[in-house]
Formats: sequence, structure tokens, C-alpha cells
Amino acid sequence: MTAPADKPHLSRKHMLDLLKQTIRIRRFEDKCAELYTQEKIRGFLHLYDGEEAVAVGIIPVLEKRDRIVATYREHGHALVRGVPMTTVMAEMYGKQEGCSRGRGGSMHLFDRATNFHGGNAIVGGGLPLAIGLALADHMQSNDLVIACFFGEGAVAEGEFHESLNLAVLWGLPVLFVCENNLYAMGTALALSESETDIQRKASCYRIASEPVDGMDVVAVEAAARRAVHAVRENHKPYFLECRTYRLRAHSMFDPQLYRDKTEIEAWRHKEPIVRFQEWLQANHMIHPDDVPRLEAEIDAEIAEAVAFAEAGSWEPVEQLTRFTYAESAAPTDR
Amino acid sequence: MQQELVRSGTIEITYREAVREALRDAIKRDERVFLMGEDVGRYGGCYAVSHGLLAEFGPERIRDTPLSESGFTGAGIGAAMAGMRPIVELMTVNFSLLALDQILNTAATVRHMSGNQFGVPLVIRMATGAGRQLAAQHSHSLEGWYAHIPGIKVLAPGTLEDARGMLWTALQDPDPVLIFENVMLYNMTGKLAADAGPVDIDKAAVRRSGRDISLITYGGSLWKTLEAATALAADNIEAEVIDLRSLRPLDDTTIITSVAKTRRAVIVDEGWRSGSLAAEVGMRIAEQAFWSLDAPISRVCSEEVPIPYPRHLESAAIPQAPKIVAAAKAALGRA
Repeated sequence: MTAPADKPHLSRKHMLDLLKQTIRIRRFEDKCAELYTQEKIRGFLHLYDGEEAVAVGIIPVLEKRDRIVATYREHGHALVRGVPMTTVMAEMYGKQEGCSRGRGGSMHLFDRATNFHGGNAIVGGGLPLAIGLALADHMQSNDLVIACFFGEGAVAEGEFHESLNLAVLWGLPVLFVCENNLYAMGTALALSESETDIQRKASCYRIASEPVDGMDVVAVEAAARRAVHAVRENHKPYFLECRTYRLRAHSMFDPQLYRDKTEIEAWRHKEPIVRFQEWLQANHMIHPDDVPRLEAEIDAEIAEAVAFAEAGSWEPVEQLTRFTYAESAAPTDR
Repeated sequence: MQQELVRSGTIEITYREAVREALRDAIKRDERVFLMGEDVGRYGGCYAVSHGLLAEFGPERIRDTPLSESGFTGAGIGAAMAGMRPIVELMTVNFSLLALDQILNTAATVRHMSGNQFGVPLVIRMATGAGRQLAAQHSHSLEGWYAHIPGIKVLAPGTLEDARGMLWTALQDPDPVLIFENVMLYNMTGKLAADAGPVDIDKAAVRRSGRDISLITYGGSLWKTLEAATALAADNIEAEVIDLRSLRPLDDTTIITSVAKTRRAVIVDEGWRSGSLAAEVGMRIAEQAFWSLDAPISRVCSEEVPIPYPRHLESAAIPQAPKIVAAAKAALGRA
């Protein structure tokens, strides 16, 4: 039995919120890709195209006090969490008005105000961090949930196994979210895992787990509500495997030699935004003018973010080494 | 405790006990401090450093971990970010390599990479060094490697005072601090002030004053270097012995002041010679005191070989007092 509080609210307003967030991420990243070709954004740029339903389904279920650990494909997570699009875009530009002062770039979005503990660019590296955040909160009797996102590629790392084990041994409230997009860069799941049913691995550590259609934002939200509720109530970890697909290249440097165009096309038919939109239309939950209106709002927000980033400033080279170490003796924590 | 209070206000204590007292003191003084690592609790610590602490403080604060170096080091980083003051014990530097990703890619980078939003006030302790016939996988001295990394601090307590006093100061530091305890020092016994407490962690110390040559060292090699200085004194050579104490940051001022006085320098470092901390110290002397020098800078380091098991080979692989004496005499043209 699922408690009523654990079910998604199928109100028109909520559905429009979900739809807007998915479109918001997609259009923001489309803009980023464009800015990348203009060389406004440099370095690595990993787009979330096709996977938006995962962040949008899960993150709003968390409370403000909860914490998030994310990967290098984390623009969507940051935006849904409430990191302002202006500071995210400025970070992509490398401007000091960015959410990490421009020091991190696309892969290292951090935001203390929203407990966003970073884009981590070492596959699997965020999992032990999530364990530590949860341990500190446990020892300080803070009753909160740590949501730790990682791809299925991380499952091959030792840190994945070490972290799941520690979470159970120490009774830590971590929500593990595996974003299984079937490829670790260019290596297909079947080539990297002897057991491709990833959520089963959690059961070896006695962690409750479930797979969910990661292309269906309502299904993801329903699973997230069950999962977050379970973590909070039982003070134990929980494991969600969101089965999804990356519709674009791994990064902007990837010619995608490892997969067929027909495979990508097949997944495009399942892509989360159009699918959700069609479902809402079929159920008469949106009006014909809703999507154009949402898109106009989003485009205005993106235009504002780009203007903010363009107007931003470069950190003076004299400050290059600042914050390698703290500047005052007082540790910056809480 | 096997301490004996003597009338002068000093106690007889081992290095191991000094570290343990530092741990007890820190855990008592700050409720955010806890110790975690492999066998720190029920076993009492691989080197018996934390013996008795589990009974005193309980399993939450003396936390045994599985053999998951990366996992629990990362957990220490996360816990530090979220308000605790963890002390992670990596049993030895050899095993720290399994946690190197977390130390280098996360602990050392987070403050800068996050634009100063998150810091990692974490202390990581580990045993280091050769001398116990533990062969190639249990005898590394990699503290010089760690000193290469911006974003962390690296300490090498060579004395009882530092074993007792560096930990608390390291815990007050807002950034990650690595403390390397040389395995050969744990049984070292000596006198320590009964009220010994925190010490600074950013200055080198002159352990013996002299005018003829500067012998610059740290950690386990400190005592071999002092032994060498005594031998040199018998030949009327007055060596000054500098204990670096902090390997990152290095205290250039103390080093250069000494070399400017003695005009000669030998660096003694248990790390391998190529790319060693000794190379860094030597280069700083070359950069900052070249015109003061009367002789080439020289080094006594470990031989470039995995540390072997047999005593005579192990002994030959790492710095020893006779080699230090020979290097000093060569620098003075008295070989």
C-alpha cells in the first residue's frame, strides 16, 4: 500500500510544472550547444537530452533541507533544484558571477544555498561523498535525505560498491539514483556489466530497490515519492534505477561510432517531453496554448541568463590562486 | 596508560601514546571530532595508537570501517563538508593509494572548484616509512608525493611534542590536512611536558644549531640526521639540523636562513630520489640562496628500488646516519 502522500498530484498545475521543467532543461541545453559552437562555452559539455524526466521527477520531491550530489551531466539537476539559470549560464561561460565563481564550469556546478554539492566529474566519485554527508547529518541528528545521482557507468567502480555497503552498515538516509542511459561514454552496458539488471545489485547490499521508466516523468515522480518516503521513514538507503537514454552524444567531442542511428531514432520516439505532452493532451490536462506559453516564458528566462552571462566579468588573473586554501581561519561549513 | 608523572612536570611517554593523547584530547574537546578507519576500534589500531579509545568513546566516535579506503575517505570528506571534524585513519600510506582519488580529486579541489562555497576541514592520519622488514608493498614513503598537491597540507611530526600537538591544530584548519607518522617512531620513548598541547603546523624547527652545514630533514629521518650530527661533531663539524615538520607548505624562511648561515646543505628524505621532496627543497635553495652556497647541494634519499625484505638490503635502501655523515663531509670537502 502506498500512502496517499506518496502519490503524484495529478493536478493541472502540477502537470504543467513538470512539463515546464523538462522543456526548460531541454531548451537551456539546446542554447548551451549553440553557445558551444560559438565558443562561448568551452571544455566538456555533457547534455542531458532524453534524460530530463529523471531530475524533474525526483528533485522536486526532496525538501529544501535535503542535499544533492550530482555528476558532470548535471545542468538539469541544478536548474530543477533552483540554482538560478543566470548563475548556471554564467558558470558555463566561466564568468565570476557563475554559481562556482566560474572556477568549475559545466561539470562543477555547486550551490550552497540549495545544498547542491556539486557536479562531480570523476565517475563514481560522488558516492562516497554522499555517504559522508549522510553520516554527518546522522551524527548531528539532522533528519534529511541525501540524493546521490550517478550513471550506470559508475556501477563498475569500486566506490559504488563501497558506498552501498557503507550506507547499509551505518544506516544512512541516502537515495541512490542510477541514471541508466545504457552507455558509459561509448561502452554499452552489456559490455561492461555481467549483470545488466542494475537495481538487482542493490539487493546484494540489502537495499530496497526498484527500476523505473526514466522516460516517464510521472512514473519517476511516483517512484521518487515512494523512495524518499521510505528513506525518511526507515532511515535507510533506497535505490532507484531510472532507465533512460542519452539522445545526444556523450560530450561535444563524440562522433557516436558505438551505436546505430536507428537505435537513437527508436529511443527518440520514447523521449520524455513529447511523450508527456501527448499524454497530457490525450487526457485533456493541457490547453493548446499552454506549451507555446511555457516555451515563451522559458525562452525569456534563457535570454535573461545569456544576457547575464555575457555581461558577467572575468575573474582577475591576480586572483588565480584564491581559495586553494581558506582565507580565514574559520572553516566554511555549518 | 603507561605514563609516569615525574616531579619536573614532564611525563615519560611513547610517540604512540602521544598520538593517542592527542586523539583523546580532540575527541573530548570537540563533539564534532570522530575517528574512523580500518581496525581503529575493536582491534585498537594496527599500530595500537587508538587502543582503549573505543571503550572510552563508543562506536559512533571510534568508527571501525570496512576495507574501503576510497569509500570511507570520501565519507570523511562529505562529513567534513557537512559540519563534522572527522579524523580518517588510513592504516598506512601504502593503502592510501586506494583513496588517492578522493584525496586528490575531491578533498584538494572542492574549495577552489566550488568557488569557496564548500570546504573540507578533514584530518587524514597514516603511518609511513620503511624499517620493519615489511617489504615492497608496506614500506612506502609517499608524503613527498602528497606534498605535490595544492589544496591540502602535509605534516610530518618527528617529535613527541609534534605527535601530541599537531593534531589539534590540524583539526582547526579549514582545509584538509594529512599527517604522516613514521612507523619507526611509534615505540620512541621520551619526556614530554605534562601540559603539552597544540603546536603550530607551518614552521620548520631548528633541532640542533650549527654553523658548518645545514642538514634538512623530517619525520623518521630526523633521528638518523641528529645521530649523524653528533658523529660530525666528533670531527669538529657543527651541523645544523632542520626539521621541516610541514612538507606543504614548506617554511622557506627557516631553510634559507639556515643555509645563508652555513653555506652548505644536505637534504635527507626517505622518499625515492627522483622527483622527491628533497628535490623540491634543493631547488628552493638553488632559487633563493644560490649565491650563499659554498658547495653543491646534495641529497641522501632512498635508493630507486622497491623496498626489499631482508634487513641488510632494506637498511641499505633507505637513508642511514653513515650516509648522511659521508654526504656532509663531502659537501665540506672532507670526504
